[in-house]
Amino acid sequence: MKKTPLYEVHCKLGGKIIDFAGWQLPVQYTGILEEHRQVRSAAGLFDVSHMGRIMVEGKDAEYFLNKMLTNDITTAKDNQAVYSPMCYHHGGVVDDLLVYRFNQEKYLVVVNASNTEKDLAWFRENLEGKVEIKDISDETAQFAIQGPNAERILQKLTDEDLSKIKFYRFLDKVQLSGINTLVSRTGYTGEDGFEIYLSAGGAVKLWEELLEKGKEEGLVPVGLGARDTLRFEAALPLYGHELSEEITPFEAGLGWFVKLSKENFIGKKALAEQKENGVPRILTGFEMIDRGVPRKDYEVFSDGRKVGYVTTGGFAPSLEKNIGLALLEAEYSNEGTMLEIIIRNKPARAVVVKKPFYKKKYQK
Amino acid sequence: MNIIEGLKYSKDHEWVRAEGNKAYIGITNYAQLELGDIVYIELPSPGDKFEAGDVLGVVESVKTAADVYSPVSGTVVEVNEELAESPEKVNEVPYESWFVILEMDDPSELENLMDEEEYGRYCIEEGK
Repeated sequence: MKKTPLYEVHCKLGGKIIDFAGWQLPVQYTGILEEHRQVRSAAGLFDVSHMGRIMVEGKDAEYFLNKMLTNDITTAKDNQAVYSPMCYHHGGVVDDLLVYRFNQEKYLVVVNASNTEKDLAWFRENLEGKVEIKDISDETAQFAIQGPNAERILQKLTDEDLSKIKFYRFLDKVQLSGINTLVSRTGYTGEDGFEIYLSAGGAVKLWEELLEKGKEEGLVPVGLGARDTLRFEAALPLYGHELSEEITPFEAGLGWFVKLSKENFIGKKALAEQKENGVPRILTGFEMIDRGVPRKDYEVFSDGRKVGYVTTGGFAPSLEKNIGLALLEAEYSNEGTMLEIIIRNKPARAVVVKKPFYKKKYQK
Repeated sequence: MNIIEGLKYSKDHEWVRAEGNKAYIGITNYAQLELGDIVYIELPSPGDKFEAGDVLGVVESVKTAADVYSPVSGTVVEVNEELAESPEKVNEVPYESWFVILEMDDPSELENLMDEEEYGRYCIEEGK
C-alpha cells in the first residue's frame, strides 16, 4: 500500500485512513459534510499527492501529446494548463488529465492515481519521435487549496502576486514560505483555488505552514470524501464513474475538449463517426423526487424499461438534496424527463435537471 | 469507545434495550463512526415481522449504504419517525436514536447477544 509524504500528518490530524486506488489516504478528518461546507464558505486544503505526475519532454513532445489527446495543446500558450481526455482508437477514454505547458518542448501531465501505470504504458506504446517520458510522481507532492479564501491565504506565503495567475494558468518557481513550487489556478471543487506542486521533501513543512497561516480564514484539511461530494455537485467527471474505456468524451458531455478539426489524434475516426451518427447516450443530471439515495450502478428506468444507469449519486451537501449523474439513452436526457431509479429493487421517482447542480465560482 | 451499560449488542453493531417484551433497536456509536454523516434512514412499517438476522432497515451516509439487521425476532410496534426528518440524530446521540420498537417473539433470544464488555472487546478486534 502506498503512502504520500503526508501520511503521518494525516494520522496526527485525526484523518480516517482508507485504501484509495492502492493509496492510504484520509477519507475525512472531522466529517465529510463539515469539510464540504468549509470549502464552499471558506477554504480547504487537500493532499492530492496520489495523482500521477509525468514529464513529457523533447523536440517532438508537442506533436506526440497532440496525437495522444483529444484537445489541442498547440493552441495553448506557455504557462497554460489544458484539460483533455485521452482516448483509445475506438473512442473510449483511457484517462482524463491536465497538461501543463512550459514550452513547446516541455510538459507536465497530471493523471488519475488509479490510471498512472496504464497511462504510462499507453504513452510508451504510442511513442513517436524525440520524446522523453519520466514518471516524477514519487519524488513530488501535490496539494490543492480551494474555496473563496484560498487566494488570500496562499498570498500570505509569497511575494508573488497570485492575482496574476488567471484561470487555468500557472507560474513556476513560486516561493511559498521559501519552498520552491509550481502554482496553478485549477482545482476539482467548483470553487476558485489553486493546485500546488513541489518536491516531496518540502511537503510536510508547506502543509503545516499553510494550515497555520490559513487558520484565521477558516482553512481546514479536507479528505477524499468531501473531494468527491464537491466535484460531484459541480458535475466534474471522475474516471471510473463518468468516464471509462466504455464511455466516449461526447457521451460524457466533454465534446468541448474534443477538437475534431485537429489533423490527427488517437480516437479521431471513431469520435467523428459518433458525432456524425448521433451520440447514443448522454451523461445526465437528475434530482430525486421520492425519498432515497441514488448510488453508482443503480438502474434507471423510464417508460417502463431500462434506459441507463447511475454513474455517481448521493446527498449533495450544498443543495441538501439527493442527486445523481446517469448515463442515459439520449432521448431521456432532456430537462424535465421523468425517471425511476431502482433503489434496492424498488423504483423511486426522479426528474432530469440541468448540470452542474452547483454553479461554479471560478475566478476567470 | 462509548458503549452503554445494560444494553445488548449484535455483531452487526446494533444495540437492543429491552423493556419487558419490547425491544428498542438502534445502531451503536461504533457503527455511526464507521458510516460517517448519516443522511437518510429507511425504516419498516408497524406490523412488519422480522426474524433475528433479517434486514430491518437501511442507513445511508454520505459515503455508503448499510443494512440494519434485526438482532431479535418480533413485530414492529413503533418506528421512530423523527429519524426520517433528522437522520443526523444517529450521529449525535446514537443510543437515544432508536429505529424501531419490536414486540419480541422470544425474549430469551437476547441471551444470544453480547453485553457491553463482550461488545467492547469485539469492537477492538474489528478495529484492528
